Amino acid sequence: MTISDNPPKDSFRLSQLLYDTRYRSMTIQVIAFILLMLSLSWLVSNTVQNLQALGKDFNFGFLSQPAGYDINQRIIDYDSQSSHGRAAIVGMLNTILVAFLGCAVATVIGVLVGVLRLSKNWVVSRLMAVYVEALRNVPLLLWIVVIFALMTEATPQPRDFREGGSASMLFGDTVAITNRGVFIPKPIWHDGSLILAAVFVLSLVGIWAFRRYARKRQEQTGDILPVLWISLGLFFVPTILFYFLLGRPVTLEYPELGGFNFQGGLQVRNSLIALWFALSIYTGAFIAEIVRAGILAVSKGQTEAAFALGLRPNRTMNLVILPQAMRVIIPPLISQYLNLTKNSSLAIAVGYMDVRATLGGITINQTGRELEGMLLLGLFYLTASLAISSVMNVYNNRMKLKER
Amino acid sequence: MKKTILLGALTVAGLAATSVSASTADDVRARGKLNCGVSTGLAGFAAPDANGVWQGFDVDMCRAVAAAVLGDATAVEFVPTTGQTRFTALASGEVDMLARNTTWTFSRDVDLKFEFAGTNYYDGQGFMVPKALGVTSAKDLDGATVCIQTGTTTELNLADFFRSNNISYEPVPIETNAEALQQYGAGACDAYTTDASGLAASRATFDNPGDHIVLPEIISKEPLAPLVRHGDNEWGDIVRWTLNAMITAEELGVTSANVAEMAAAPGDNPEINRLLGTEGELGAMLGLSSDWAVKVIAAGGNYGESFERNIGSSTPIGLARGLNALWTNGGLLYSPPFR
Repeated sequence: MTISDNPPKDSFRLSQLLYDTRYRSMTIQVIAFILLMLSLSWLVSNTVQNLQALGKDFNFGFLSQPAGYDINQRIIDYDSQSSHGRAAIVGMLNTILVAFLGCAVATVIGVLVGVLRLSKNWVVSRLMAVYVEALRNVPLLLWIVVIFALMTEATPQPRDFREGGSASMLFGDTVAITNRGVFIPKPIWHDGSLILAAVFVLSLVGIWAFRRYARKRQEQTGDILPVLWISLGLFFVPTILFYFLLGRPVTLEYPELGGFNFQGGLQVRNSLIALWFALSIYTGAFIAEIVRAGILAVSKGQTEAAFALGLRPNRTMNLVILPQAMRVIIPPLISQYLNLTKNSSLAIAVGYMDVRATLGGITINQTGRELEGMLLLGLFYLTASLAISSVMNVYNNRMKLKER
Repeated sequence: MKKTILLGALTVAGLAATSVSASTADDVRARGKLNCGVSTGLAGFAAPDANGVWQGFDVDMCRAVAAAVLGDATAVEFVPTTGQTRFTALASGEVDMLARNTTWTFSRDVDLKFEFAGTNYYDGQGFMVPKALGVTSAKDLDGATVCIQTGTTTELNLADFFRSNNISYEPVPIETNAEALQQYGAGACDAYTTDASGLAASRATFDNPGDHIVLPEIISKEPLAPLVRHGDNEWGDIVRWTLNAMITAEELGVTSANVAEMAAAPGDNPEINRLLGTEGELGAMLGLSSDWAVKVIAAGGNYGESFERNIGSSTPIGLARGLNALWTNGGLLYSPPFR
């Protein structure tokens, strides 16, 4: 055997770009990149040209102009003299509010329904199947409109609550369900309420520390402490004690019928209720399927092993099955949370003033800044979605199987 | 082995930006029909009748322009638009003109780049409340829940009115007139506010119109006008002078009944002759046929006929001419002369 001392010269020919597998993928990528850049630049130049043809410029100055319109549900101070930018923020907060409430309730509904659908009780599991199929196969918009129509048509008007009227308030005259929303008592914070809040937060920290201690103790000695009762005690006793010690710093303002509407109290508007409830039950149906899939993904051997150790079905579910199922559940759950947040933009159907209705609706309409408004709107949803998914990914990383 | 080299030819597609279209009038002629933006349904102004044919005062404006340009009042594609979508539809070229009870304002005319073709209805914003509420003035509405169509000038007027009178209210924003009426009917709002003509039109569709009253306050000026895109002045002229032709025809006593006769046998009134094209070259100046105004009037009648047929005192809507009478009758309608 001889060793060639002059290896074949590596000559490069143009045709190799097409026929040589070493270079072909590179060629395709370069061409695709060029095409992508061309189409992007075409989009931009087309936009610029058309804006010019319409005689419009591109600036965000309108955000500091007075908005001129009112918003019924505002979490921060706002009136018609505030700027379009502030109106947009009011809308964003409303979007975040309904998304947060919706995600929370959808998760509760989803886990309950998902677990119950696997029940051995035939009636329960069939009922849950009907719920899931009915909810997720009918468009969300219909559910929103249906619930809103029910809330406006089937509930009494405020004037029916007058003397001799057909309706009356619930829970000792503290809650009124009307066709304009549900009026509930509103907490009024006086001096010293900050201390009360601090005590409450401290007792939450106490509960967390105690549970940690109890778990460690159980792992080391096997003693089981009465965690539930002590936690409940820590939750209620210090806060209630300080409530009276500080001289009742928090009082409730009750809604009262006055003029056209109930005055005082907190008004949970029908638009919020319809949107919140519809988003919850709709997304809840999807989450139920995810939960069911997660539970079924845990091998039956785990259940049998737990039973063999003498764990009751309840504890088997909580301690063995669900923690393992979570690893399957969380990634698709994130995408359901994102869906719910984006679906909340259907709010305008029931007149809920979310960011799509303020910035993406009235502001655009009054100022004629479609491009700027839509870009901002897209940016907001993008930011919100990325924020949700990054928070959930942190949780996912904590729950997922640690591979070492 | 013989090796053939195939060189793939890459054709970079010509990425020309969308060409700026020719004049709107040419587009309409080439298409053979007029795309006209109307409301999603407001009885008397623009609503499909039992046969699905659009009828109404604004619809007549669309038909008149179609008659002038195409000679056929039925060659109209009606595009229903909401308060929110109307301007985008016009600016993007989806419709050639809007005849959709749209208020002529400074910022719409100047900043949104539209051209208003003259007021076809002088309106003002009012409030409708159920009689049972016992309210007689808009200033009694402190704390009331008010339904309002979102994306309209009424939304801004409402905010101004309540702020300047230092009273509070709860706005319920709603997308279309029909949804607003549904909410109002269910009692989810105490009052409904929109242009007084819209209130009258909506009230007429109720089961018991007598149970509802329109409050006396008119809180704004709402000159409703057809509009076109800024920049195509020839097209703007056509729409503007179509409206003026309808108004002038009423002033001169030309109606759909006698227009054919008057056009066939020119009389001795020179302005009628110029309007109907039997004298002068006014049609050619607009780029239309000389008998364009004859077609307009033959199709839908003059302004007064259209008004009486759709929204006048003999219809369920029952609007009086009021400000919309001719200047000769104490109203505001005043067309520049056809000369």
